[in-house]
Amino acid sequence: MSSSGKPALSSWSPMTTWVVRGLGIAAVLSLAGTLWLGLWVTPPDQMQHDLVRLVYVHPPIAWVALYLAFGVAAVASVLWLWPRTRSRFWDRLAASAVEVGTVFTALTLVTGSIWGRPTWGLWWTWDARLTSTALLLVLLLGYLAVRRVAADPDSRARRCAVVALVAAVDVPIVHFSVDWWHTLHQGATVLNTNLSPTIHGSMAWTLLLGFIAFTLLFAWMLAIRYRVEALSEHLQSSELDVALHERWAEGTDADTGPVVTSPVVTGPVVTEPGGALV
Amino acid sequence: MHQVIPVAVLMLVLFAFALGPDRAPMAHAAPGLFWVAVLFASVLAVQRSFALEAPDGARDGLRLSGLDPGGVFLGKTAAVALQLVVLEVVLTAGVVVLYGSHVRSYGSIVVAALAGTAGLAAAGTLYGALAAGLRVRETLLPFLFLPVAAPVLLAGTRAWQAALGLGAGNVGSAGDPWVPLLLVFAAVYLSLGVVIFGPLQEAS
Repeated sequence: MSSSGKPALSSWSPMTTWVVRGLGIAAVLSLAGTLWLGLWVTPPDQMQHDLVRLVYVHPPIAWVALYLAFGVAAVASVLWLWPRTRSRFWDRLAASAVEVGTVFTALTLVTGSIWGRPTWGLWWTWDARLTSTALLLVLLLGYLAVRRVAADPDSRARRCAVVALVAAVDVPIVHFSVDWWHTLHQGATVLNTNLSPTIHGSMAWTLLLGFIAFTLLFAWMLAIRYRVEALSEHLQSSELDVALHERWAEGTDADTGPVVTSPVVTGPVVTEPGGALV
Repeated sequence: MHQVIPVAVLMLVLFAFALGPDRAPMAHAAPGLFWVAVLFASVLAVQRSFALEAPDGARDGLRLSGLDPGGVFLGKTAAVALQLVVLEVVLTAGVVVLYGSHVRSYGSIVVAALAGTAGLAAAGTLYGALAAGLRVRETLLPFLFLPVAAPVLLAGTRAWQAALGLGAGNVGSAGDPWVPLLLVFAAVYLSLGVVIFGPLQEAS
């Protein structure tokens, strides 16, 4: 039940701790910088006024959700499925990326919706991009649902990797089908208009900083989530170890038949005969 | 099967209740309703297909038989697809009778239906194997399968709209991406299933 490499997996080396801490500090600083530039320094847009400020947040979040998180999850799942590179690391990394990615995908939809209400007059339109993002969110939630199904770690990892792979294959199909289904996109994308040469200098820099900030934030959250995943696996297996050791200790101490005194095993031992009697 | 078909026909009746007694909205929505009914029925068919195997340990038997897992996958997919084809014939008759649709182009509805069915059966069997044996399989299967199958609903509906002479599409126009999309979907999930079915069986 316990692998030999367990302590190494659940505790970080000082170097790793330092790197992750640095990532966190950089993420917070760059987010603060984006906030300051986005809210105070950059001018309001001629057409969209203050609404344009959402542009420093929404495209970076969407980039993290739709490309970074999903890409990491898909690659990690394939690497887990490939027998030569199979290791717990890829399983945990994929799960962490999906979980963080789900948050970012939901945020993409929410920030897009907030922007769409005043701009298009609608919270939601059945636009290709919106529809495929929403479907992607459901696919990610499906992965998390499979993740929560109780199973031994290996078959859970296998199931999750397959779900991720099947979902990843579906994404381009969804994208094209929805694209052909309804290509009523409002002019160009937000990104295209704002990277055009006419953009105000400070706006371009703020957007760039936004991309960096949210990428750093994603990397940081991914690292932390990975650690939580590793620790919780460690906790589960060590709980079992502790229970087993207690059980063994009982066997050596008292030799009076079935164990009713142990706090760990009393529950099932006592209630089950009672239930059978009723 | 003798339960899945009545449920699907019942769905057509329920759609009619939802859309009112007028024929016009029903005839207009007929392609979409047909594919929604097929989609939900395919969830039921896949569930039945894996539930049948459970009591006798047939899955372990198949694994012990030394058959190629890819072949087992294709066999199960073919069985589910055949059931769905029977169901679609009944449903098509139902759509024509109940909703008053007129089929303009038999060739294209048959091609679209077959391509869509192959894809649905392949993806459904893949997820069915994944969810089989889990306590949450009844809810997990639709949760995983329906979003993945959404492109089939979309493309199938569009192809049928054209074939029934609804919407803007011309009948069987060459530029229609929908039947190719259905074929690509089927090919992708059939090949993915052949590759992945073996490792997947080890998990459950």
